[in-house]
This record gives sequence, structure tokens and C-alpha cells, in this order.
Amino acid sequence: MSSKVERIILAGFGGQGVLFLGKVIAETGMHAGKNVSWIPSYGPEMRGGTANCSVILSENEIASPMVTVPDTVIAMNRPSVTKFNQKIKAGGMLMYNSSLIERQEFRDDIRLVEIPANEIAEELGNPKVANLVMAGAYSKFSKLITFDDLVACLPSLVKGAKKEMLDINLAAFKKGFDYVEEKKYMFGRYVYSVFKGI
Amino acid sequence: MTMKKVFSRPASLSKTPFHYCPGCDHGVIHRLVAEAIDELEVGDRTIGVAPVGCSVFAYDYFNFDFNQAAHGRAPAVATGIKRTRPDSIVFTYQGDGDLAAIGTAEIIHAANRGEKMTVIFVNNAIYGMTGGQMAPTTLIGMKTQTSPYGRDAATAGNPIKMSEMIATLESPVYVTRVTINSVANLMKAKKAIYNAFKLQKEGKGFSFVEVVAICPTNWGKKPADSHKWLTENMLPVFPLGTFKDTFGVEKSA
Amino acid sequence: MAKVLMKGNEAIGEAAVLAGCRYYFGYPITPQSELPAYLAKRLPEVDGVFVQAESEVAAINMVYGAGSAGARVMTSSSSPGISLKQEGISYIAGAEVPCLIVNVMRGGPGLGNIAPAQSDYWQSTRGGGHGDYRTIVLAPNSVQEMADMTITGFDLSDRFRNPVLLLSDGVLGQMMEPVNLPEPNDYDINSKKWALGYRGNDKNERNLCSSIFLDNDELEEHNWHLYQKYQVITDLFSKGEYKDFAVEEHLCDDAEIILVGYGIISRILKTVVEKCRKRGIKAGLIRPKVLWPFPTAVFERLAKTASQFLVVEMSCGQMVEDVKLSVDGKKPVFFFGRTGGTVPSDFEILNEVDKLVRPD
Ligand SMILES: Cc1ncc(C[n+]2csc(CCOP(=O)(O)OP(=O)(O)O)c2C)c(N)n1
Ligand code: SF4
Ligand SMILES: [Mg+2]
Repeated sequence: MSSKVERIILAGFGGQGVLFLGKVIAETGMHAGKNVSWIPSYGPEMRGGTANCSVILSENEIASPMVTVPDTVIAMNRPSVTKFNQKIKAGGMLMYNSSLIERQEFRDDIRLVEIPANEIAEELGNPKVANLVMAGAYSKFSKLITFDDLVACLPSLVKGAKKEMLDINLAAFKKGFDYVEEKKYMFGRYVYSVFKGI
Repeated sequence: MTMKKVFSRPASLSKTPFHYCPGCDHGVIHRLVAEAIDELEVGDRTIGVAPVGCSVFAYDYFNFDFNQAAHGRAPAVATGIKRTRPDSIVFTYQGDGDLAAIGTAEIIHAANRGEKMTVIFVNNAIYGMTGGQMAPTTLIGMKTQTSPYGRDAATAGNPIKMSEMIATLESPVYVTRVTINSVANLMKAKKAIYNAFKLQKEGKGFSFVEVVAICPTNWGKKPADSHKWLTENMLPVFPLGTFKDTFGVEKSA
Repeated sequence: MAKVLMKGNEAIGEAAVLAGCRYYFGYPITPQSELPAYLAKRLPEVDGVFVQAESEVAAINMVYGAGSAGARVMTSSSSPGISLKQEGISYIAGAEVPCLIVNVMRGGPGLGNIAPAQSDYWQSTRGGGHGDYRTIVLAPNSVQEMADMTITGFDLSDRFRNPVLLLSDGVLGQMMEPVNLPEPNDYDINSKKWALGYRGNDKNERNLCSSIFLDNDELEEHNWHLYQKYQVITDLFSKGEYKDFAVEEHLCDDAEIILVGYGIISRILKTVVEKCRKRGIKAGLIRPKVLWPFPTAVFERLAKTASQFLVVEMSCGQMVEDVKLSVDGKKPVFFFGRTGGTVPSDFEILNEVDKLVRPD
């Protein structure tokens, strides 16, 4: 990942909180002193199908906030993989919610990070925080935001939230981070071969 | 009629002579408005909104501040003014084309929001200013430039009764229909207009006075004949009376 | 104040409040609905007035009323709603009432779609409604500018008693970026002596807001008066105090090809220019920040040094006409556009540049 700019597309079903996930990353970036932008898909596109947003974190001023070639795609459901897989920059990353997306023949020129976000969230007792599990995981790879930045930014993201809610959000960050720290990610061809039993 | 004797020029009325056709009711109704404002002593804080129609120059005849609105939009403009200056007395003065055709949405919604304003609605069953076309209030069978065979309900619908419609809304506090075809009715009209402004002065809510009026020029009649025609033909369709008086202003007066 | 991450639509709302605007009249339409939603919440906190009107027609006339009564007032909509407002805007311009109108453009004609577009350029810069009038048109390209230009817009509209149009699009309205909000400005509703209901000792005998001049000579005089005002505004933007505000130039001095775009497109063009430079193509960017009065002078000057212009818009080509008028045949002016809601990518634009600089 470039240490200057990170372009991310976050996608999932409406209701999976991908727009908020994008906001978490963007706002954390802002608090960490980076330039940031966040653009949602809006309107009928969101009905039923996938919701997505584009986030840029950058050391420099952001010229175009549009993300045509993402460095990272965070996919919360299967249609999102179909939609964005091919757009990922070579050498980029696909982080996917393996609770809803089965292993398959992905591209072999990108890093794959599988995270059973729904399961982790359910273990925490709140399926809604699957998105935040992804945020924690992302901070592990980012060169522009850290896990501590995420934690520091949380109160401003969920203003007025109760203590229990804050705790569960923090736990979700932590679980996501820890999960990928154990190196449960690999390059495409590898997943394919593991999966196929080669 | 003996109006000229009855009234001397109210303070709120300017010296500009009316440009209305001889015998037209608009001038008299202006006077009634001016008198009500004088009697309530609110001339220094009244803002009028003139419509598009024969009374487009209404602002020339009054001494207080005025806005000249687009056709039908006076109630929206008045909403903006009243919300900005809630301690002002704000009124619109509109014809039937203005209020009951192109501006139907604006009047209904201003009434429904209960804007604390007064509406003087001059229903002469015709588009006066543009030379006598059919209005939504034109009577069945009535010939106008655009209903040369007489208004046909089958294709042009029926005369629309704005007072009755507005009275069905919850917010308005005073809805009444008057006319000035006789001295007795003129006095009633004067009272109604006074009541409407009084309610506004007291901050009570939306008040609406429909004045059934003549347009001798486009009706093709002499003024005296016009009032007779109005009495015989318009009043059966547009009956006089008060449709809503939430605070009982008529009784209390 | 610390930076806040906000949507463009919300930034306009907050900036309006900070600029002393206490009156908003509007009607819901995507993709600007966050703005009325924001103000519906925010205005009551500052004793302001929010009215959801029954239509855009009503909303703009409420603006006319409030503006004529001295308020700092605004409305917002997206393309189809702005079409409905044109009647009112014409009256407001004729009666010289200040106000701010926001258009978060979406695709047309007709119902079109709700995706971002720039196809209301003509409507915005040519008047839109009937009659000989102008609105000042500001074109932000970031959430920060959505806020800043809202404030500038109110100032300009008060100063010139003229409606100001903030022309943005679905992307700018929906996107979030960090914003530095300015200090609040206390606006005194009694600061306008000409306003209806003005309560000062120096009050005129009576105040009138009107756009009717039945007498030919009077209307002609009024129209020339407006024209003169527009000249003053034009001078202010071309050589006066707003000269630098009106246009942004990026790497134009040695540029062979100059890309031209406003709003969100200008951001993409900046990326394209960077990519061109990396490939050894001497590209530059002109971004009009004010669309009326159009920053003609910069084109006149750069037509001497650059060899060609490429105008990029999310339309079938509207601003390109103003660029051509300004370049005045001195150099070729090319156009690339996408419509229907597709935002052109830096790659497709780069491709166009390639075709122009390296014709095979
Ligand atoms: C948008 C628009 N459409 C049409 C007109 C033309 N017009 C001017 S006055 C008028 C009708 C006025 O009739 P009414 O409201 O009944 O007033 P009256 O003249 O009878 O008092 C029309 C159609 C206009 N000025 N603006
Ligand atoms: S045209 Fe009719 S309404 Fe108009 S001034 Fe003449 S008589 Fe009155
Ligand atoms: Mg009429």
C-alpha cells in the first residue's frame, strides 16, 4: 500500500452499514491529520442492491475524490465482489466478509483478506457491528490510519452513544484487528489453491 | 349608490386616483381594506401583497409597504413576509384567476398552514385584466372570450367555491363571503374585512374574506345592471355567509 | 473551529446559518434533500424559520417575500425543481431582492434521473426565467467551497440586491469532506433600508418591491439600470476585488493543452493534469469558479500561449460555448462530455487528451 494515498471502495447490502464504515475510516483519517473524502452511491442504486461508497485517505490534497481504481475493496456481500473485483488495482487488496462470501476463484494479483465479520459480530452479541470489525481489520493494513486512531476517533463518531455501545464497538475494532494480525490473509492464487486442495 | 358620501379618504389610502373601470368594485374594496387598517391602527406595520390581475397596481393606492407578486403566488410571498416580520399585518389581495386557478396550491397551503395573514379574494367570475376569459368561478352558461358558447360543465367543470373549500380546513380561523351590491351588504363586507384584520392583529390565524364582485367591462353590462346580475345569478351559486368563525369574532363584535 | 466531516449539502446548511440566514423555504428532491433536512433541525435552534412549501413554485415565492422583507433567505432544489423556480427567480431579479438559491444538479431533461449532472449550465447562466436579467452563479468544487461560497453568495446577493445561484451537483451534495467552518455572522434584519417592514427612523415614506413597469420608458430605464449593475458585477469579477476568486488556474503558464471544467469535474481534471505531466504532456487547468460573469479574460490571455483547449462537462456541451466565445477562434476548443449520471473517469479524459496531443 502506498504510504501517501489510499483509495477504498466499501460495498455491501443496504443495512450492512457500509456507508457508516466508510465514514468511520474517513473521519479517523481526518482526526489523524490526513486529507479525506467520502462519496456514497445514492438513490435507487441503493434499493435492494448494493450500497457503496468511495473513501480516499491522503497525505496530499485530494484532487479527484472519485475512485476509479481502488487500492482496496471492502466487500460485505457477494454482489459487491462481482461488481468491484475487477476494478482493484494490481497489487491491491480485497477484504471480504467470508460469513457471506464463499471462497472462489479470485484474481491472483491482489491480496485477499477474508474475515468472518458476521460471525465475529454475533459472538460479540451484536450482528450490526460487522462493519466495524472490518474497520479494525483495515487499520492493520493502512499506512495512514492506525488502530489507535480508530479508537481515539470513536467517541466523535457515535456521539451520545451509551457506554455498552461504545464498548461493543471497540471490541469489534479489536476483534477485526486481531483476526488479521494472525495473518489470515494471502494472495489470490494461494486461496484458490488452498481451496481447491492443491 | 352613495358610497362617495359615506366615506372620506382613509389615511391608509393614497391620493393616487384608481385606474379601475367606472363602477368597478375593486376601488370600493380597497377602501374597505384601508378603513379596517386605519380603525385597527396598524397602518404603520401593514405590508400588502398585490396579485396579477386588475388589482396588480393595488400598491399604488395604499400608503404602506407592498410587494407585487407573480400570478397566483401572493400567499407564498405573504408567507415569506409574515414569517420574516411576524409583528407585521400582512394581507394578499387576489382575483379569482389568481387565487382559484393558477394559485390554487398556494392559497390552499397557506390556509392549511394557518399562516397568520389575511386574504381578500375578489371573485368577479372572470379574468378582468386580460380581457374577459373564463375563470374557475365563471358561472355555468356564462359567455366569456374563452367560453364563447357559455361555460359547459361537461368540459370546463363547475364554478369553484373557494370559501367553502377553505372552510373545510382546520387551520383557518375566519372564512366568510360578502358582497357590496347594496349599502346593507357593503356594511357587512366592511365589518367582515375589519374582523379578518382584527383576528390577524390578535395573532389568531388565517382569515379569508371572499368578496363577490362585478366586472362591468368584461361582463358587458352597466355597473348598476351588473350588481343586479350579480344578485340574481352569482349569489345563488356563491351564497353569502360565514363558513368558519373559530373565535366567534362576528358575535363578539 | 476544528474541522468537521460533513456532506456538501449539510455544509451549505450550516454555512447559511453561520452567515446569518434564518429563513429557508424548500421542497424535497434528491439529491439535495439533506439540506432541507439539516435546516429543519438546525433553524429552530437559532430561532429561524423552516417551511416545507407545497411546491418549488411556492418555495421561491416565499423566498421572494422573505427577501423583500429584509431577511437573509435561501432555498434549494435540484434540476426539475429549479425549472419550477424560474418564474420566481425572474421576479426576484426584476424586483432586485437578494437571496441564495442552491441547485444540486441531477440528470435531465424531464425527470431524467437523480445522478449527478451539469446540464443546467445554460439555464443557470442565461437567466433561466423570462426577461433581461442575470443571476450571479458560483460553482464550488469541494465541500469546503460549498460552505465558503454559501457565505460569499449571501454577501454578494445583499451587496448587489441580486439573486445568487450556487450551482453544484449530486456528487458535491452527497460527498463528505472535512470543512473548516467560519465564525458566525450576526445579520441584522433591519440593515436594509429598502426592505418591506423596515423599522428605522430613516425609513422612506413607504417601501415597495415590484417588478412591474407598465410604461415602456420606465421598463427600459429599469432594464438599463439592471444592465449597468450587471456591468459593475462583471468588472468586479474580471478586474476588481473578486478577480482571483473568479477563476483557478493550475499549471497554465507553459501548458500546450488546457483542460477546462467546473465543479466536481475540475477535481478530476486536476488529477488528469498531474497524470499528463508525469507523461511529459504539458497540460494545464482552468477552472471557472464563477460561471456568470464568465471569466473571459483568462481565456483571452491563455489563448495566446496554449495551443488547444479541451472542455470537459457532465453534459453534451454547454459551458464549451462560453469558452469558445472567450477564446474567440484563436485556438481550437474541443469538448468531451458524459451525461446521464456518469462521471467521466480520469482515464477516459486522459485518453481524449492523448488523442489531441498525439494524433496518429
Ligand atoms: C404566469 C402568468 N400567466 C398568465 C398571466 C396573464 N394574466 C394576467 S391577469 C390574469 C387573470 C386575472 O384574473 P383575476 O385573477 O380574476 O383578476 P381580475 O383581473 O379579474 O381582478 C392573467 C391570466 C400572467 N400575468 N402570468
Ligand atoms: S376589467 Fe373588470 S375587474 Fe378589471 S377594472 Fe375593469 S371592471 Fe374592474
Ligand atoms: Mg377575476
